[in-house]
Amino acid sequence: MWIKILLALGLAAFAVVGLVGRQRAGRKALRRLAIFVFGAGAVIAVLDPAAITWVANRVGVGRGTDLVLYVLVIAFLFTIVGFSARFSDIEDRLVQLARSVALSQAAGEYGADLRDQPPAPQGGPVS
Amino acid sequence: MLDPADHLRPADPAAQADLTAAAGAGAAASAAPANDVCVVIPMFNEAAVIGGVVAGLLVEFPMVVCVDDGSSDDCADVARAAGARVVTHPVNLGQGAALQTGLEHGLRLRPRREYFLTFDADGQHRVADAVTMVQAARRGEAEVILGSRFLDTGTTMTGSRRLLLKGAVAFTRLTTGLRLTDAHNGLRVFTRPVAEMIDIRLHGMAHASELLGLIARSGATWKEVPVTIDYTEYSTAKGQSGVNAVNIVLDLLQGRLARGRR
Repeated sequence: MWIKILLALGLAAFAVVGLVGRQRAGRKALRRLAIFVFGAGAVIAVLDPAAITWVANRVGVGRGTDLVLYVLVIAFLFTIVGFSARFSDIEDRLVQLARSVALSQAAGEYGADLRDQPPAPQGGPVS
Repeated sequence: MLDPADHLRPADPAAQADLTAAAGAGAAASAAPANDVCVVIPMFNEAAVIGGVVAGLLVEFPMVVCVDDGSSDDCADVARAAGARVVTHPVNLGQGAALQTGLEHGLRLRPRREYFLTFDADGQHRVADAVTMVQAARRGEAEVILGSRFLDTGTTMTGSRRLLLKGAVAFTRLTTGLRLTDAHNGLRVFTRPVAEMIDIRLHGMAHASELLGLIARSGATWKEVPVTIDYTEYSTAKGQSGVNAVNIVLDLLQGRLARGRR
């Protein structure tokens, strides 16, 4: 059963990418390649559905539709992980940006952190 | 070896301890305002209560920094009118981010502050507890003083909340190794070196556990002090719902993986 091996590999790759990977450039190239292959597959499926079934049979799947479903599930998982990673990345940047805006605004408002109470007489000299 | 700093170092801790103890005793005796303390309050839509909270704190601590986390109400104005400093996030970022902003502002203050007190905006903490905790830090009992509602007999809470918080405690013990009795208490005191080290990356509510993880990894000394939580109708309504525990745990797992990756 080739399909089981292929799907298992796909899921393993998903786990690796989802949990560990975050290499920018490599992922971007892979993603574009995957989109290209996916698009090409879609064109073939439309033009010649029998070809998909032929491929499906080669890997031990009875119908082309089933193969499409399997591939879709794997692709969907990768999409979710990819998007959530990118969203959390964007969120991190947003937080950094917004916090630095808040801090510099406060620095302006409160005299660049200089205007303050007179020096604390009993300030603990802990370094 | 010939570094002059080395010659100074051995004498340092003892001298510091003496000075700190003297400072602590002086403050307690004269009840002088704690000019070396910066209070940080993360604040999100708390206009109804923040005025009272700030006023109560200002009696003991002259520097109160409220971090307005993108509130839509006028709590920033209320806090300012009450005498607090307000640092405003342009958009809502989460309580963890607000704490981090407040600490960073506090660390930049002149004269330098030695103790950083975090306090909830919703009025569930007592200023007297905060004073006790700062005194404990001044006496050098630990670098981090944490409030615990479970060491205290005055706090009454619903069974479900107790169960949830106990679960959080068990989770914290499991993941950080810290044998705490209360993992999600907003009342804490950090000494300056610890505050400088804090770098909260989990912006939402998972920061409480993240902070404890940071403390555990840094090897800073810590101590729990009993504090009373006043569960008002307001604070209960504003507080965390139990379902959010799932989010917190998932945030932590994700954060841990992300941190390992960096």
